[in-house]
Amino acid sequence: MDYHILREFADSWFLIFLFTFFLGIVVWVFRPGARRTYEDTSAIPFRNEDKPASSEEPGASRDSKE
Amino acid sequence: MWDYIKLIALGLVAVLAAIAAGNARDLAYQVNAVEVMLAAAIAFIWVLRTMGSRQPAPQNEYFDGVVRAGVIATTFWGVVGFLVAVIIAFQLAYPVLNFEWAQGYLNFGKLRPLHTSAVIFAFGGNALIASSFYVVQRTSAARLWGGGLGWFVFWGYNLFIVLAATGYILGATQSKEYAEPEWYVDWWLTIVWVAYLLAFLGTIFKRKEPHIYVANWFYLSFIVTIAMLHVVNNLAIPVSFFGSKSVQVFSGVQDAMTQWWYGHNAVGFFLTAGFLGMMYYFVPKQAERPVYSYKLSIVHFWALIFLYIWAGPHHLHYTALPDWASTLGMVMSVILWMPSWGGMINGLMTLSGAWDKLRTDPVIRMMVVSVGFYGMSTFEGPMMSIKAVNSLSHYTDWTIGHVHSGALGWNGMITFGTLYFLVPRLWAREGLYSLKLVSWHFWLSTIGIVLYAASMWVAGIMQGLMWREVDSQGFLVNAFADTVAAMHPMFVVRALGGVLYLTGGIIMAYNLYMTVARQPRVESRSVAAVPAE
Repeated sequence: MDYHILREFADSWFLIFLFTFFLGIVVWVFRPGARRTYEDTSAIPFRNEDKPASSEEPGASRDSKE
Repeated sequence: MWDYIKLIALGLVAVLAAIAAGNARDLAYQVNAVEVMLAAAIAFIWVLRTMGSRQPAPQNEYFDGVVRAGVIATTFWGVVGFLVAVIIAFQLAYPVLNFEWAQGYLNFGKLRPLHTSAVIFAFGGNALIASSFYVVQRTSAARLWGGGLGWFVFWGYNLFIVLAATGYILGATQSKEYAEPEWYVDWWLTIVWVAYLLAFLGTIFKRKEPHIYVANWFYLSFIVTIAMLHVVNNLAIPVSFFGSKSVQVFSGVQDAMTQWWYGHNAVGFFLTAGFLGMMYYFVPKQAERPVYSYKLSIVHFWALIFLYIWAGPHHLHYTALPDWASTLGMVMSVILWMPSWGGMINGLMTLSGAWDKLRTDPVIRMMVVSVGFYGMSTFEGPMMSIKAVNSLSHYTDWTIGHVHSGALGWNGMITFGTLYFLVPRLWAREGLYSLKLVSWHFWLSTIGIVLYAASMWVAGIMQGLMWREVDSQGFLVNAFADTVAAMHPMFVVRALGGVLYLTGGIIMAYNLYMTVARQPRVESRSVAAVPAE
């Protein structure tokens, strides 16, 4: 594992991996049904302002939405 | 049981620090060892006196004590950092202010790293730690993980700042930009940073929300990347365990490249990703509407972190660095313009439909101007990274102007907005003491930044042009000292801009203090959620 092997790997496979990963993110972001999920996620700052959600069940905090 | 372990550990640290102080090879190390000894002794006494009487953390409340402490520290270090800034700005304009009696301690060369570290790491770092603790708890709907770990992070980080600052003045420095602290201070910061990562990640792991809000992604990338950068750039072997001097593992161009890989990502992940985390939480909160496009925020995040890491070589154009490396740095910097502006648009458009708030709410005005400066400096940066532009701008004060339009405009203003948002909520007060003073602060700092940036553009471009000016015989026309003399008026304007910015910071500190001291308490905590208007 000297410098040149790493460099070759970085220049080829890892570069392709990073680039396809990024394209995958972009495609994934625009997947069908994403809008509703993201509307809910972007509303996170507007709940649980004063105290933590009480229920142990994940996702239950959304019920306390005003 | 746990308390006994803590007592033994703190006692050991205090004794070892005392031994180290006794055997110290140099003054900086000795003073730092005494500081560590005092810190350990104070912590020892505190643990001893509160043993058995400390209540377990109530899980149905947020851990806001550490955020309050962070807000106070941010305000304090901010004013200190701006004050040192004004002093060194006047020292540059009037060299006589480098007093003879203070030579070697308080001259420009010693105070400059003190200023950069005070504003970036003390002011910015405390703002990041405090706001990230606030945001991660609210957006995870869970109390901060780790019991009192948050307090360790806060006090540990501020001890790091004190160690670094006293070290600089007494001569302990690695001479690396933004990475001046010597080896033992670096080791200490590593420990604190791991604790910070654990507290942050632990809270995310026990979150009650199904999704991780985008602000936390930015904060997390900031914490993780800074850990990596800090460790790699500070690989050094101490000459002695009882001295501050260490020798870098890398040398020559490798050292330079590592340093600017670190240096530019300190800008990219400390001053950009971390503060974008602030933007994605506090701008929507203050505007009372969700972020403009959550999809854009995700693309913004991945594009930003994939690109920023490559931009460092643009600090080393026309040096011993291989040509391909500096071209790579330049290309990546130019591409970086796109995600940066994507983020800026996302922040600004969050106000769409609520633009009238700009008239009534000086806090949102501050945040909007901050995002505007983010856009401006992320356009200026890629432009300056182009080799042809860089051949004019590099080593001139244009660079200094660029840094400050980003630091004062973007980082400073978003932090001020965050502080104005946080203080009434954290102390459960009915709004800020005076919105009029916020407006004063806003205009003083904005005019201060404009004076600063404009004078440095003029000074830098003039300096660059003077350096490359040749006569008909091909000889250089200007000596270096000629450029220094020509820049004097711009240096004075820059110092005056700094005075305005410092005045704004003092007004903010007064306003925040009066908010806590004079404003009536809100009885029900839920009332505190009403915006400060």
